[in-house]
Amino acid sequence: MLTLILLLIPLIASILVLFLKGESVKWFSFFATIVQLIFTFYVYSVFQNKEAAKSLLAINIEWISSPKINFNIALDGMSLLMVFLSNLLMPLIVLAGFNRTQERSHIFYSLVLLMHFALIGVFVSFDGFLYYIFWELALIPIYFISLNWGGVNRSTVTLKFFIYTLAGSLLMLFGFLFLYWNTNLHSLSWFDLTVNHICSCKQGFIFWMFFIAYAIKIPLIPFHTWQPDTYSTAPTQGTMLLSGIMLKMGLYSLLRWLLPIIPNGVAEYTPIAIALCVIGVVYASVIAIMQTDIKKLFAYSSIAHVGLIAAGIFALNMQGIQGGLVQMLAHGINVVGVFYCADIIINRTGNSNINSLGGIRLLAPRFATYFIIIVLGSVALPLTNSFIGEFMLLFGIFEYNSWAAIMAGLTIILGAVYMLRMYQKVMLGDLNENVTVFEDLKWNEELVLATIAILIFVFGIFPKPILELVEPIATEIFKISFVK
Amino acid sequence: MNTLIYTACLGLFGLLAEIFNLRKYLIPIMVLGLAVIFSLNLQTWNHPETHFNGMLTDSNFSTAFSGLAIFIMLIILILAGDFYTSSDDEKHISDYMAILVFTLCGALMMFSYANMAMLFLGIETLSISLYVMAGSRRFEVKSNEAGFKYFLMGSFASAFLLFGIALIFGVTGTFSIDGIGVYMRAHADQLDPLFIVGMLLMIFAMLFKVSAAPFHFWAPDVYEGAPSLITALMSTLVKIAAFAAFYKLLSVCFVFALGKAEIILTVSCAATLLIGNLVALTQDNFKRLLAYSGISHAGYMLLAIISLQGSTDSALFLYSAGYAVASLAAFAIAITVFKATGTESISGFNGLGKKNPMLAAGLSMAMLSLAGIPPFAGFFGKYFIFSEAMRNGYQNLVFLAIISSIIGVFYYMKVIVAMYSKPANEFEVKPTFSYQLVIIVCILLSIIIGVFPGLFTKLL
Repeated sequence: MLTLILLLIPLIASILVLFLKGESVKWFSFFATIVQLIFTFYVYSVFQNKEAAKSLLAINIEWISSPKINFNIALDGMSLLMVFLSNLLMPLIVLAGFNRTQERSHIFYSLVLLMHFALIGVFVSFDGFLYYIFWELALIPIYFISLNWGGVNRSTVTLKFFIYTLAGSLLMLFGFLFLYWNTNLHSLSWFDLTVNHICSCKQGFIFWMFFIAYAIKIPLIPFHTWQPDTYSTAPTQGTMLLSGIMLKMGLYSLLRWLLPIIPNGVAEYTPIAIALCVIGVVYASVIAIMQTDIKKLFAYSSIAHVGLIAAGIFALNMQGIQGGLVQMLAHGINVVGVFYCADIIINRTGNSNINSLGGIRLLAPRFATYFIIIVLGSVALPLTNSFIGEFMLLFGIFEYNSWAAIMAGLTIILGAVYMLRMYQKVMLGDLNENVTVFEDLKWNEELVLATIAILIFVFGIFPKPILELVEPIATEIFKISFVK
Repeated sequence: MNTLIYTACLGLFGLLAEIFNLRKYLIPIMVLGLAVIFSLNLQTWNHPETHFNGMLTDSNFSTAFSGLAIFIMLIILILAGDFYTSSDDEKHISDYMAILVFTLCGALMMFSYANMAMLFLGIETLSISLYVMAGSRRFEVKSNEAGFKYFLMGSFASAFLLFGIALIFGVTGTFSIDGIGVYMRAHADQLDPLFIVGMLLMIFAMLFKVSAAPFHFWAPDVYEGAPSLITALMSTLVKIAAFAAFYKLLSVCFVFALGKAEIILTVSCAATLLIGNLVALTQDNFKRLLAYSGISHAGYMLLAIISLQGSTDSALFLYSAGYAVASLAAFAIAITVFKATGTESISGFNGLGKKNPMLAAGLSMAMLSLAGIPPFAGFFGKYFIFSEAMRNGYQNLVFLAIISSIIGVFYYMKVIVAMYSKPANEFEVKPTFSYQLVIIVCILLSIIIGVFPGLFTKLL
């Protein structure tokens, strides 16, 4: 029941917001996301009480009798972690739009909240078909957000994004149908699929159907080509949604719907998957170094970071999975931060080329402070939130193969190179002639950045609660997938 | 059976209306009449009966499809009120209405036939009405071309159908579909070659009627040339009626003989999917686009015909319903826009997102439903059909269907992109009340079918 409420709050809000006008739209959306966040904490308190949690959190009713599809939603640790991440980022994303004027803002926020609904749905569904519906549903609002409120060349870029992701999803649908009719329980319930595996001879085939879908969403090289364009064209809040939460759908799905369901297929093709991830990490980092467009630079850096997470997951050991979960949370927070900073710079200067910016620190010292914290967070400096996750990921990959770990480890060095160089060029040095005025942060911007900065330090200095939340989940996934 | 009789009476009434000078009230009366017939039709639910010495049978299959067909005709008649507004049209309005209702009669016969003669009668009643309606814009060359082309090709196919029926009658000695079914079961191991030939001829004729490749060439020209409202009728009611009749024919008469025809059906299905979707990519005219999209939808429905076991009929029904409501919504919006812009090309939709956000949102949802994206009805229809085909072991065809769905998304998106990201044209669009009503009802139904598909699959 509680899970259903978590799901319904954004849906109802997205319908109600259509009837509002002007500034009230933003306040209402902010209010709805805050309510959702507070409710998440309540759900977490219920979750800790193992006895009560089962009956309160899970719903399983028949939706369609043949082929059997159940409306099966529940919350386990991993779902809760992802729901927590979405609900934490959502108020920030809404808040980020407070000092921007948008045409038809009621439709915009309605789509944002609809997206929120779909994302929560992806994370709490335990029936393959239901999960697929939410997975597809998440695509529609973000497509219209980018198409209507995006930048130059948006129709081509968003079409590419849409077709790319939809192609992946349809392959996944094929995979699900195949699973349904080729396992003897004829059910897509996660609990059935994890126990009753499909014959090993067919797992390899299913692996590719699912892997391509997730590789497009995450995105992994060579399925990433939609991502940099889409990130730089979409409106900022769209980019924050895409990079902060939507891309986590892919990573989450690896852990939920790939590893436990076709363990043999995964084991068979892991070398290829890891190779793709590691090549992606290095490739994206090198490209990021050469970028002069600030948003594209962050987009490629994001590819590098998620590539590392995916590699850790495919290392198929405890450290990798645990690190992946921790890093998903950390990356979600950091990437939203960097894209917001990029947006603040582009919005004030009208310029996104790092070579023609400079000296902003002189004009906006508070912004510079927050920006450096977020930059340091994303280069995984010790005491920031991504340090612990990246460390565990590399450790996991190292256990799998030391060469892969060495290659993947380059991401930290290269990451420091492009991020710090970017910061130096944009923020430090003398004032560039293109930058004459740069207003320091407005209240809502400061609130967003301060929250992110605090989260970066809090999770960096006290990672223990997160690790404790994540450990049983990782153990469980590991047990379901590989210990037979 | 009552449904059929009342519908025929309603058609006759339409003809008489001219005498009594009821032109003004004709459409409301017809709509009301159809609404009554719709509710009467529901009474046959779970009352399977045979009428006219085994010529017609009522079954849940026929009730469900009849309900859908009457609903479609109801929508078409509501749309007709603001469609036929020119002075020439007004002179003929009662003829048009009567012929439209006779089309429905033909469709109803095709759902409930139990005898080959009735199948043929149904198809002919449906087709002849449509030949007339397709050419009903007398002063337009394209409309004349459409009517004539449709007539020539259609009568050719009817001849095939008739020849097939004759051959099968020659072998089995009966017109009754149950009788043919009994013969087919009894002689399943060694069927008479003439029976096979007869079956193949009938299959070819039906493939023509559903506009499956390689018998699809008539469809785009006819769809483009016919008045838009008639195009809407052809792409929904006619296609669904033909598929239901086709399904019934194969499942009752030819199940065990299908091994001989499987390769034909499979190739036709694959070709229909690919040709429909690929050629649609290059279309600039919205009606032609919908024609090719209709061809590709015929491909998906053929997949259901090929699987032909288990609950394929309910999958077919769900697909038909989802396809019909989405198409009707798309056509209602398109007719409004055509009227405002005076062009039928996709560029006519440019900037609709700014001019009239509600229309644009409606058309987007209709396109997403046709493209098969959840949570709209189109997705569930596709899902059920794919699932049934997968269950019966047609994995390769399902894979091909999935690839062609991906291709299909391109051209549906083309319309959406035109509406939202192209600069606006100079025109004013304002749908009339009846059009708004139709659009809202169809979109809502599309979502309802999407969220509760179980309600509709249980009908059969």
